Amino acid sequence: MFVAAEAGRYPTATMSILIDSDTKVICQGITGAAGAFHTKGCLEYGTQMVGGVTPNKGGSKDANGLPVFNTCEEAVRETGANATMIFVPAAFAADAVLEAADAGIALIVCITEGVPVTDMTRVGRELERRNVVGESRIRLIGPNCPGVITPGGSSNGDAAGCKIGIMPGYIHLPAPQAKTGKSVGIISRSGTLTYEAVWQCSQRDIGQTTCVGIGGDPVRGMDFIDCLELFSDDPQTDGIVMIGEIGGTDEEAAAAYIRKQVKKPVTAFIAGRTAPPGRRMGHAGAIISGGEGGAESKIAALQEAGCHIAQSPADLGSTMAQALGV
Amino acid sequence: MKIHEYQARDLLAQFGIPVPAGITVDSADAAKAAFDQLQKDHQATLAVVKAQVHAGGRGKGGGVKLVKSAQEAHDAAKTILSKPLVTPQTGPEGVPVKKLLIADGADIAKEYYLGMAIDRARGLPVLIASSEGGVEIEQVAHDNPDAIVREPIDPASGLQAYQARKVAFRLGFKGKQVGQAVAIMIKLTNLFLKTDASLAEINPLIVTPASNEHPDGQVLAIDAKINFDDNALFRQKAIAALADPDEEDPSELRANKHGLSYIKLDGSIGCLVNGAGLAMATMDLVKLHGAEPANFLDVGGSASEEAVTEAFRIILEDPSVKGVLVNIFGGIMQCDIIARAIVNAASKIGFEVPLVVRLEGTNVEPARKILEEARKNIPTMQVGTDLTDAAEKITAAVAAVAA
Repeated sequence: MFVAAEAGRYPTATMSILIDSDTKVICQGITGAAGAFHTKGCLEYGTQMVGGVTPNKGGSKDANGLPVFNTCEEAVRETGANATMIFVPAAFAADAVLEAADAGIALIVCITEGVPVTDMTRVGRELERRNVVGESRIRLIGPNCPGVITPGGSSNGDAAGCKIGIMPGYIHLPAPQAKTGKSVGIISRSGTLTYEAVWQCSQRDIGQTTCVGIGGDPVRGMDFIDCLELFSDDPQTDGIVMIGEIGGTDEEAAAAYIRKQVKKPVTAFIAGRTAPPGRRMGHAGAIISGGEGGAESKIAALQEAGCHIAQSPADLGSTMAQALGV
Repeated sequence: MKIHEYQARDLLAQFGIPVPAGITVDSADAAKAAFDQLQKDHQATLAVVKAQVHAGGRGKGGGVKLVKSAQEAHDAAKTILSKPLVTPQTGPEGVPVKKLLIADGADIAKEYYLGMAIDRARGLPVLIASSEGGVEIEQVAHDNPDAIVREPIDPASGLQAYQARKVAFRLGFKGKQVGQAVAIMIKLTNLFLKTDASLAEINPLIVTPASNEHPDGQVLAIDAKINFDDNALFRQKAIAALADPDEEDPSELRANKHGLSYIKLDGSIGCLVNGAGLAMATMDLVKLHGAEPANFLDVGGSASEEAVTEAFRIILEDPSVKGVLVNIFGGIMQCDIIARAIVNAASKIGFEVPLVVRLEGTNVEPARKILEEARKNIPTMQVGTDLTDAAEKITAAVAAVAA
């Protein structure tokens, strides 16, 4: 049954989108190697990790003393979690997403790589149905993504943050600590390339409100437009860095949206100008096929929409700085 | 994952889609016998001899021949099997042909295109159909986009009969053809969903000329191309068994075994990177600085020192590699693992070509220390302070060696 629990309500964001220091997070697959390792990493960053789910291990505690539950429903009831981080193996990832949605979790972050596309088409359809009838909006980030972070963390004094994912926390600069007084939102289909963008901005004293890794799969949860919309409405976000890559037409769709709806400066980079057609470049979604998905058409569309194009991955930070006038 | 045409035809038949008779052979003599067999069993008067390779454009490369006798089948097979097949998709060296399909040559009154794919923008499977069959759908999309019909499909319930009828009537099927076309569309959708396909094309789907037996003609699948989602192969054992290792690049297979994602390219700068996006961006960076990347290589987030050492081995064994650029932004991947792999590769394989290393992120300080200490043993190594510096150093070093 669909539970629109109070705990499942989408947290109100003031200095960020999607997550903040009030977000309560569980980990599905908390007793697996990756789940355990990154639960610890998120805890150390200052995320309110409140528990985890592993079927048949309910009633135990993980290495950090967090309670483990058999089901998401139980975990939500006992902890009031409103976000989840999924590390279960690819074969079970779709089921884990649906379980979280059914438990009323508003933000589902699926880190798992290698999820079959047909599974994701079913998940997408099901989330869409629930969002039509439900009171609260369920959002899925991923799969095959580094996760989402609102920089802050216990090591950063007054700037409380939240990290749900596998990104190295220390490269980020919390918005309140940015000496330029400017902060950006970052949206990316690639993990390490996001770190590159974050690092280059942090080096220039440009903070980050929130960074969303939307993932490298052809069928996924949130897309560029969903994130652009949230960053546009977030008063603390001064500019947006958008990192796309070859494959599909999401960047072209984002360009059309930016042209109409986004008033903030957008810096864009598209990876894969040198990628040959017909070959899958690591990410399941990174393929030029059927005359579609090439880098040049994406760059042209974004340029036409008024985006500031970084020609080199080394120019992500400087291009954003220039657009922000810092 | 790709499969051969003969395997795709077998799959269509398994799902109940009518395909003309065909026999797969691997010699000219067997081709001759196959023609006789088709003549005997199916009264075939003409047959098509088709090279079984994954690359498209076989017809343009001389890999498809129409034959009217067993002797012609023999001769055509001999010619095709004698040399690598060069098509617009293979590159100038071509690909060896080991198998041939000898198919009953059906008479054609009209050709259509029928395909299943994933509509990425909608996040749903989609049936794509066109009354302009026999040509590539990309060409039709470019020249006459209105001739293409798209019908999105709910993955939970599959293609509904009314959806198939709508497509069939829009394509212009008439009389008894409609029922046949509808059945084929539903079966193709079942095949696509049940086998975790990523693309399933029947091109052409044909209607045969009217006959006494079939006054409205017969709807048949003539040629098929089916690709599968690599991520789903773990639950598609029968499909995974159809893979042909002869069609894969040996270095790419080797890389896969070590959990590395590697694609050979034409340039001279070998790249070792973590993360697919950063790996692509690094290739672009090389090009931006006037050189060409020799490969795409993503070592991933959890590669061991051994796997990264193997990655260096694969890069360095490529004779066209004149320099190596290592670009790592450590997240889950720890920079010191890469640094130790570099030291390892230097002692086991040796860096005779220039090497530029740019490291940032998790454990970068211990990594820098490891490289600093090993420096005297790796004379061709330089450290890149950032992306631009690294790209400039590797292109300059390679140019200096060439000069």
